[in-house]
Amino acid sequence: MIVACPACVAAPVPAEPVPAETAVQLSVPSVRCAACISTIETHLSQVQGVVSARVNLTQKRVQIVTDEPATQMVAALKEVGFDAYPLDARALVGDVDAEGRDLLLRMGVAGFAMMNVMLLSVAVWSGASGATRDLFHLISASIALPMVLYAAQPFFKNAISALRVGRLNMDVPISLAIILAGGMSLFETLMGGAHAYFDAALSLTFFLLIGRYLEHRTRSAAHSAAKELAALEAHTAERKTETGTEVVAIDALNVGDIVHVSSGMRVPADGTLITPNGVTDRSLLTGESEPVSHAAFDLLHAGEINLAGPIEVKVSAIGQDTRLHQIAQMVEVAENARNRYTSLADRAAQIYAPAVHLLALATFVGWYVWSGEVRHALNIAIAVLIITCPCALGLAVPAVSTAAISRLYRLGFLVKSGTALERLAEVKTIVLDKTGTLTSPDFNFDLSAFAPDDLCIAKALAQSSAHPLSRALHQHLEDQTATELTDIQEVPGSGVSAKCDGVFVALGKAEWLAPSESGLCLKIGDHVQTLPFQEPLRTGVFDMVNGLQDAGFELDILSGDTLPKTRRLADTLGLDRFRSGVSPEGKNAIITDLAAKGHAPCMIGDGLNDSVALASAHASIAPGTALDAARNAADVIVIDDTMAKIPQVFAISHKAVSLSRQNFGIAIAYNAVAVPIAILGHATPLAAALAMSLSSITVLINAARVGYGK
Amino acid sequence: MNVLVFLIPISLGLGALGIFAFVWTLRSNQYDDPSGDAARILAEDETCL
Repeated sequence: MIVACPACVAAPVPAEPVPAETAVQLSVPSVRCAACISTIETHLSQVQGVVSARVNLTQKRVQIVTDEPATQMVAALKEVGFDAYPLDARALVGDVDAEGRDLLLRMGVAGFAMMNVMLLSVAVWSGASGATRDLFHLISASIALPMVLYAAQPFFKNAISALRVGRLNMDVPISLAIILAGGMSLFETLMGGAHAYFDAALSLTFFLLIGRYLEHRTRSAAHSAAKELAALEAHTAERKTETGTEVVAIDALNVGDIVHVSSGMRVPADGTLITPNGVTDRSLLTGESEPVSHAAFDLLHAGEINLAGPIEVKVSAIGQDTRLHQIAQMVEVAENARNRYTSLADRAAQIYAPAVHLLALATFVGWYVWSGEVRHALNIAIAVLIITCPCALGLAVPAVSTAAISRLYRLGFLVKSGTALERLAEVKTIVLDKTGTLTSPDFNFDLSAFAPDDLCIAKALAQSSAHPLSRALHQHLEDQTATELTDIQEVPGSGVSAKCDGVFVALGKAEWLAPSESGLCLKIGDHVQTLPFQEPLRTGVFDMVNGLQDAGFELDILSGDTLPKTRRLADTLGLDRFRSGVSPEGKNAIITDLAAKGHAPCMIGDGLNDSVALASAHASIAPGTALDAARNAADVIVIDDTMAKIPQVFAISHKAVSLSRQNFGIAIAYNAVAVPIAILGHATPLAAALAMSLSSITVLINAARVGYGK
Repeated sequence: MNVLVFLIPISLGLGALGIFAFVWTLRSNQYDDPSGDAARILAEDETCL
């Protein structure tokens, strides 16, 4: 039955080469069911220029073969109600998961070989003896040895690379157990011995490969999520040339270049404003919720969003000199510190590997001294190694985290890091950013106290200004008719003034109209009224805050915004701990301080100003609307619009960690029963097979519990 | 015991059959989109498989 070389037969068929310029990949997060698939595929197949379209529901992506640009495909999907984001084809190159397939194949080979050898072993276990037993052993050997050598290669490779640098990892005892089990069984078979562990060698390999494959899936899911997010944002700028504009990569910009930033786009690099005035939203950079007005020659930072008409910016800093880069560097430093976190599985391996080797060695020495027979002592020592096989230990964590991460994915969370669940479970304090995390960047006006005539004047003033607040006010007052105004004048950075039947009217900043007030004011004659507005809360914020408080977390608000706004929000949410006007470095310092006091802080934030804190916190969560830098620094990303389910992230992490510990407990319990038997020399291949399979299966079933229930 | 002459090759043959079936599913990309394939059987007029 042995194929010449399973690897040659089963090497993945090379993916059909799709010419790069004709394939468009879109990420469609909202595709959920069979109906979505057929809606999208049917609709796209009718769009002109589309050769074929195929939805991948597992990855929530659509691959379209077409000559049309990706933006057109996004628009086509919008028509049927799906939000789609083009993915950078270059970032997705090599996306075919070769390593995963390889592991899956080895797992399959080990699994089928294990079943066959197990069947043959049943005959031996039920009492075959003499020539029959030897025949069965020989057939088992001819299946098991090549299959083990093929399937267990990932362990051998890891073990060798660990031994080269003089370290012990989980793969060293695994490889040793597999090789010794195979070698000793072959020797015993040739000598006509009674005990052969071919089935044990294979089932060890099989169960451990399951763990390895699950671990790989978790890692590659995190990896591809990060890639997908990186691909969501275009990294290009529109540079002005003598003849017009050209689109270039941000890396290709030089100091002195003039870039064109259309309305709603991000400023690509630090630079000075050339256009006479402009309004930008810097909430992602500083946490300020109100748009900032700029005059010519003001310095703009990369990442600010242009809110008003198109502006032109002269690039003054590129690469390492930009504010963005400084922050990115701080993030990197913070991430390095976090990578030193030792996971539960690593800690277990550090104790386990030396313990097992010493135990086997002690058994060998003990039996050699006692009986004086090398072969007998060696057999028993190897049986100890096989019985203590770390199958269950190897499955304990990956099986639980795979189940937990896929449950979180169904709830709308992307978990980007394998150790994130363990770190989330240790969190005691949760630090919340304000703008963009608790509030949305819109404005809610409360104008119930105003006379209708005043509102008509306010609308007339608002419609003559391009400031985002004015535009929001204009939209809010769409039922009113605007009063006729004369002498309309816009005062950059302050507001709009005009005459209404000869009376002076104005709408603008309080500092300009009435220094004693704050916020946005309407002045009619000498009478000044403030227009109260609020940033609306994101959906689910109340549920999130209540849920987290019920779960016993301490909540802190850290905002880069002004004190009154932060206080108002804290009051609305019923939180008494808040700090305002905090710089990115300040946020980082507060997080580090909390960590030093043992509070294990979790940062929830979305801005560039949060990214350092996100990276240095014990664990971190970012909403999907967050900036690239913040999403990259965070462990968990909220894909859904609502924040209401965030408490569940913590609940599931807790459950995952406690199930992992339980799994370790189960594995140790099995060993506690089986090891003394093995040391005393009573272990048989049947006992080894039972202990191994039962413990692994119990652990897998126990792990699946995290996927269900509350 | 003569029956083993038939039974052993048969059991080995079944094992080989299983492993070839598995390799075939792997090569024909059947593990790329498991939830999509599960959903697709519910859709009508499926032309491409």
